[in-house]
Amino acid sequence: MDFYGFTPRSRLFLGTAQYPSPAVLQKSVEAAGVDVVTVSLRREAGRLGGGQDFWALIRSLGVRVLPNTAGCHSVKEAVTTAQMAREVFGTPWIKLEVIGEADTLQPDVFGLVEAARILCAEGFEVFPYMTEDLVVAERLVEAGCRVLMPWGAPIGTGKGLNNPYGLRALRAHFPDIPLVVDAGIGLPSHAAAAMELGYDAVLLNTAVAKAGDPAAMAAAFARAVEAGRLAFEAGPMEPRDMAAPSTPVLGRALLG
Amino acid sequence: MRIFVNGDTREVAAPVLAEALAELGYAGAVVATAVNEAFVPAAVRAQTVLVDGDRLEILAPMQGG
Repeated sequence: MDFYGFTPRSRLFLGTAQYPSPAVLQKSVEAAGVDVVTVSLRREAGRLGGGQDFWALIRSLGVRVLPNTAGCHSVKEAVTTAQMAREVFGTPWIKLEVIGEADTLQPDVFGLVEAARILCAEGFEVFPYMTEDLVVAERLVEAGCRVLMPWGAPIGTGKGLNNPYGLRALRAHFPDIPLVVDAGIGLPSHAAAAMELGYDAVLLNTAVAKAGDPAAMAAAFARAVEAGRLAFEAGPMEPRDMAAPSTPVLGRALLG
Repeated sequence: MRIFVNGDTREVAAPVLAEALAELGYAGAVVATAVNEAFVPAAVRAQTVLVDGDRLEILAPMQGG
């Protein structure tokens, strides 16, 4: 598992939005033991604006940041936002989002590929937020992406893995590209399922931030991700249609 | 001159971006800037001349998913 030369200890990446308070965000990051968090850029009201305190908090956590281009609907917006993020956060990493549809927040994959090509050429290390489409994935890799991040389900829905078949096909086609399920995860079991498919990591936000106890949920997700990975490495059995007794039949007594 | 700062109309006297940022209260803040929808790196703010009607965006770290 190598994300542009960086090997995180945890395979859970956590978003930093929607927590009840900065203290709860901090507790959640610590409870999960994550070392990659996503961040964003927004208009700042002055040197005493909220962004300065937020940035100080994130820096104090000692985690690596993955800035996003959330809310961008055009290639130009996404590229400019990425350029601004690189300067502010001091990282070439960018979670590239080019949104194409308002109700589902579905990526505009055509704009995504175009923006990825521009940013890779400018030296960015792009984490593209994409649909689970093999051809789009090919184009993104051709553009220079060395990580792919297909959605599980639309952002914030918590529906889990809508298309396990598509995600499995991506894994099979790109055995050497780190794959992250990004968005749509609602429960630790969803995260475990993604890891059991052989995905390298899971990125989520709302499922933890909106839980009754975010820090406890963060810990639950961390364990689910570990369990799912361990299961993948252990080699799961093949499902079958007919029952097969697990207790040996040989030596069974005749008692009736 | 009158410019747009994060969508609001503001009156600024400073002729270049670096000084305008200080005048607008952003001295020392961790921010990135764009003028008329083009990124302006911090290193060239002192040479970036502002003119009436410019649209300045000042962005800072924020929570994100």
